[in-house]
Amino acid sequence: MKTKVFQLLANNTSGVLSRISGLFSRRGYNIESITAGVTADPRYSRITIVTSGDDEVLEQIEKQVAKLEDIRVIKELKPGESVYRELALVKVRCSADERQSIIAITDIFRGKIVDVATECLIVEITGDVEKIDKFIDLLEGHEILELARTGMAGLSRGIENVTFLP
Amino acid sequence: MNGAEAIVRCLEEEGVKYVFGYPGVAICPFYNSILDSDIKTILVRTEQNAAHAASGLARISGKPGVCAVTSGPGATNIITGIATAYADSIPLIVITGQVKSDLIGSDVFQEADITGAVESFVKYSYLVKNADDLPRIIKEAFHIADSGRRGPVLIDIPIDIQNAPVKNFKYPETVALRTYKPTVKGNSAQIKKVIKELQKAKKPIICLGGGVKLGKAGAVVLDFVHKHKIPVVTTMMGIGTIETEDPLYFGMVGNNGKPYANKAMNEADVIMMVGARVADRAISQPDLITKDKVLIHIDVDPAEIGKNAVSSIPLVGDCKAVFDDLTDEELSIDTSKWISELKAFKKELAVKRNPNKAYVDPQGFIETLTDKLKDNAVYIADVGQNQIFSCAYAKIKKNTSFLTSGGMGTMGYSIPAALGAKLADPKRQVVAVCGDGSFQMSMMELATFRQFGVNAKIIVFNNTYLGMVREYQHYSYKDNYSMVSLEGSPDLEKLVSAYDFDYLRLKDMKKLEETIDSFISDKNNVLLEVMIDPMDLVKQ
Repeated sequence: MKTKVFQLLANNTSGVLSRISGLFSRRGYNIESITAGVTADPRYSRITIVTSGDDEVLEQIEKQVAKLEDIRVIKELKPGESVYRELALVKVRCSADERQSIIAITDIFRGKIVDVATECLIVEITGDVEKIDKFIDLLEGHEILELARTGMAGLSRGIENVTFLP
Repeated sequence: MNGAEAIVRCLEEEGVKYVFGYPGVAICPFYNSILDSDIKTILVRTEQNAAHAASGLARISGKPGVCAVTSGPGATNIITGIATAYADSIPLIVITGQVKSDLIGSDVFQEADITGAVESFVKYSYLVKNADDLPRIIKEAFHIADSGRRGPVLIDIPIDIQNAPVKNFKYPETVALRTYKPTVKGNSAQIKKVIKELQKAKKPIICLGGGVKLGKAGAVVLDFVHKHKIPVVTTMMGIGTIETEDPLYFGMVGNNGKPYANKAMNEADVIMMVGARVADRAISQPDLITKDKVLIHIDVDPAEIGKNAVSSIPLVGDCKAVFDDLTDEELSIDTSKWISELKAFKKELAVKRNPNKAYVDPQGFIETLTDKLKDNAVYIADVGQNQIFSCAYAKIKKNTSFLTSGGMGTMGYSIPAALGAKLADPKRQVVAVCGDGSFQMSMMELATFRQFGVNAKIIVFNNTYLGMVREYQHYSYKDNYSMVSLEGSPDLEKLVSAYDFDYLRLKDMKKLEETIDSFISDKNNVLLEVMIDPMDLVKQ
């Protein structure tokens, strides 16, 4: 099993996400994460899908997604040639005594404290999946009350391979 | 034990007596195992009718109907039946065979993504990935189908799962669903509010929908109605909840309903909708209903409340539980003036039809037929002009069941539904009333009645047209008829004789009584063809 990240440029119409997720479920493909948002050109959405499978399955995924009428471009975002980011909001229970240690870990990970209450705080952290996993690991010993992750978004590096809009 | 045997065991545990279906390779392990069970299998002639038959059985037995078909075309053919059940909130368990698990998604022979295809027509669906999950999934499926707002649940089972070994079979006694917990009991503060509004009401009316039957609340609702003398109207799906001759009953509402029923709704100051959706056919202008009125909406599905009309008092709960609580509350109102007002409307707005003497008058026919049927007969109306006539003129007695495809309006429903209804309770008279169009949509099922020795009583209103659409084209397209002539239809006498059915024909009103008597007393399977004026209109 390999993991791959695909970037899609799709028509920004209602139902596009459901068409893509429907394709994945009926053909039995995995989705580890999917994120979508409108591009600079409001006619299009850029969608990042993290998926896994063996080589044959991954090849089929790329071909089947490309076949969807609403998809303009699908390309793989290869590690090393791409930038991946995910955002997570983590609500941690902490007493006044514990607060400093959490702030210290947050600083090391270049995260931000975005909310403080008497018994908990919310950390915002951005990075690739491994960085966020690491951060969560380091919070061991503290109680994570709520966790919200956006899933991965990505772009390829450099001017080559840019999916231009017409 | 393998997966297929486990499925059969689960169905036995649920007390299932009949499975309607159609085989194919992908469901063969199941149909092989069921031979060792007391559960009887009924082979319909097309898959859609398996779902309709299961629906007829569910409505009469009060338990989910079960059907099982093969993958691919078997599964896609049953979708209309599932959608029909979904629209009327009928509990069904639909089992579909599926291709081998590792072939799913590769477009092999007879593969269809049925869980994806039925997404918007099922309450829930499963694709089984592990044979050991079967007992839990089937238990959950029955629970989901038959609780809260009832509905169909589909279980897609790949052939390798049916053949896989099941270790330590144990049918669960309870379900543990974290995300599904329908509200049964009504909120007590809301119940008090309802009583307070009713206490203030001068002109209260209760509109009963299909939810009253599905919630098995008929008796307690009628007790409440009679105790406080509150007038009642029904939606199409609510027909059968109250006797036609009940002095508190003022007919079916809606654009095909009684003018005095609609007038009653307009004049009322407090409207209590019970297990009804306030859908477009029932209430053409929902905003008018709430104008200057209090709308109390009782439904088990919170999403129905406020969907089509904003209610003043929403009350979520199972009809029976809610009315059990309402009955316990103090309430004393005097509706006698309001009732005499309604009786005056009924006289004033009574519809007088103008029958063509050369043909059978649908009103006179249905009134006489239902008068002669037993108290606990099952009357199944199909879809079309025949349905509207049936809704308007069928006489509902104390224990009459009235079944029809109200939400989806699926033609061809009545014949397979009659098959299921008769199997659910063979002692009851079951009559399917359809048109010549709807009959031809499911006439292949005559063979099923014959093969399994199920008594059939079918009435076909023959007007040589798709009458409902013709009527629409008459009013909306100035008689510019398109696609509505049924010229070419078979000679029904010859057709049913091929299935060993008796045949009766009524061409005008002259031999009405004796023809109906012979139809009712016939012990054999029988079809009665009734000749209707091709130009007859529901709204003359």
